[in-house]
Amino acid sequence: MNINELTIIKAREGLEKKEFSSMELTKAFLKEIKEKDSKLNAFITVCEKEALLEAQKGDKLIKEGVKKPLLGIPIVFKDNFLTKGIRTTAASKVLDDYIPVYNATVVKRLKEAGAIILGKANMDAWAHGSSGETSDFGVTKNPYDNSRVPGGSSSGPAVAVSSGMALAATGTDTGGSVRLPGSFCNVVGLKPTYGRVSRYGIIAMASSLDSIGHLTKTVADSALFLSITAGQDRFDATTSPNPVGDYQNNLQKGIKGLKIGIPKEYFQEGLDKDVKNKVQEAINEFEKMGVKIEEVSLPHTKYALAVYYIIQPAEVSSNLARYDGIRYGSGREMFADEAKRRIMLGTFTLSSGYWEAYYLKAMKVRALIKKDFDKVFEKVDALFTPVSPTLPFKIGEKTADPLKMYLSDIYTVTANLAGIPGISVPAGFVNNLPLGLQILGPHFSEDLLFRLAYHYEQKTEFYKKKAV
Amino acid sequence: MKNSKITKENIKHLSNLANLKLTDKDLDKFPKQLSEILDYFKSLDQLDTKEIEPIAQTTGLENLTRGDKPEKSLDSDQVLSNAKNKHKSFFVTKAVLEK
Repeated sequence: MNINELTIIKAREGLEKKEFSSMELTKAFLKEIKEKDSKLNAFITVCEKEALLEAQKGDKLIKEGVKKPLLGIPIVFKDNFLTKGIRTTAASKVLDDYIPVYNATVVKRLKEAGAIILGKANMDAWAHGSSGETSDFGVTKNPYDNSRVPGGSSSGPAVAVSSGMALAATGTDTGGSVRLPGSFCNVVGLKPTYGRVSRYGIIAMASSLDSIGHLTKTVADSALFLSITAGQDRFDATTSPNPVGDYQNNLQKGIKGLKIGIPKEYFQEGLDKDVKNKVQEAINEFEKMGVKIEEVSLPHTKYALAVYYIIQPAEVSSNLARYDGIRYGSGREMFADEAKRRIMLGTFTLSSGYWEAYYLKAMKVRALIKKDFDKVFEKVDALFTPVSPTLPFKIGEKTADPLKMYLSDIYTVTANLAGIPGISVPAGFVNNLPLGLQILGPHFSEDLLFRLAYHYEQKTEFYKKKAV
Repeated sequence: MKNSKITKENIKHLSNLANLKLTDKDLDKFPKQLSEILDYFKSLDQLDTKEIEPIAQTTGLENLTRGDKPEKSLDSDQVLSNAKNKHKSFFVTKAVLEK
């Protein structure tokens, strides 16, 4: 078993054919974590004892002939997913000693599907950040270049999958927090439609934007994962009653003749030349596969980041108001810089005299941004864009200038504002640094995004190039 | 948008509203950082939004209800298990009302 080359689907085959046991698989990942994580810092908590116990149970069930989609498969959770009995910190010292008494719905579903919790992954504290650098538990390093950031806020999940320390990891995406680290770490990052996956039991960042996604090595794994996590949940009233698609079985359906828009606003000033060229190469690849490409316009794109950085901190300031150290966790003096900055900013834009000028204005422009997408999806099936304006940047490069850091999210926040799904799929390398292509589609078009990404991945196989 | 210069005094007021204790370092650095961010928001002034309805959600889902039936919930030991200061089955807080 070469665990570096395993995907969920291959691991499942190996378990079914008895090539290895879940115990062997789990031990192999725990060993990999021991060897690599002192350098990469992708984990806050490693659950060795629990994982081995679960692997034992998994092997017993496999022996009994029980079939479950993730039976015996070890995975990782971002540390803002509540895991019963396992410390959950959101990478903040405020929750340093917090032990949840219940599981998030997604955790419950994945466990019921047979998955084993290997550990809890590092992240930007409270998911506030685009680089992984705001964690109170130390910076996570990019496996392709340890002097660079892995992207955030799902920094640990992306690095765990990318460096072969896990087969898959959950993530949360409020403004790009799954897609950006996916792009920076050469893994597939999915942000589903708002309300497709339950938010229950996941530490809230900005409730009207939070989408629950995941990071995997391949598109097929991503489709399999979503088929388990997606669906209505009575504990989250924003989850949709729409039926969950047959994501896996539709992957191979053709893409010839599909119409894809290239929004010109995503290719203007501020986009790194190398990134632009690589995205263009990806577009060319799709053209060769018979996809029709046309330029389109989303005229309110340039306002999206301002809208996002009004709405998001406003909702953050409200969601973080509950952390008072009375029922759980420590007091508010434990909040670090970025959380304090966002609480202050949100408190300001929601305060009397400013609410209309900032928050209400942003909610109105949000309507315009959504309308841009509604209109463009009448003409094209999906959109291709860069994920990030730059390649993975140096650790420390943007930490002193919050606004500069916020600009990393410029191509990803739009999907959260409009509630649409997006996927980041590996699109090659520049000087050994990975980058992704972003595919955006209408509400509940995950099926289509997977299909497009799958065909591209089959042809390019960039995911096979591992960090050394 | 109004002039968005944030002063140290503004920051002190806001931190009070948000129940945050800021350090001297925070008080020195936040006025400039927040002012710059608020300046960036000014681009929105270019848009006339008088006739636009604001949105807070995007998928069109509205008013989901469920039956009003009591169900089993976590027991009080579990609920209190993370509290640093408790008395019997209560959380202990600072006094809100004074005699």
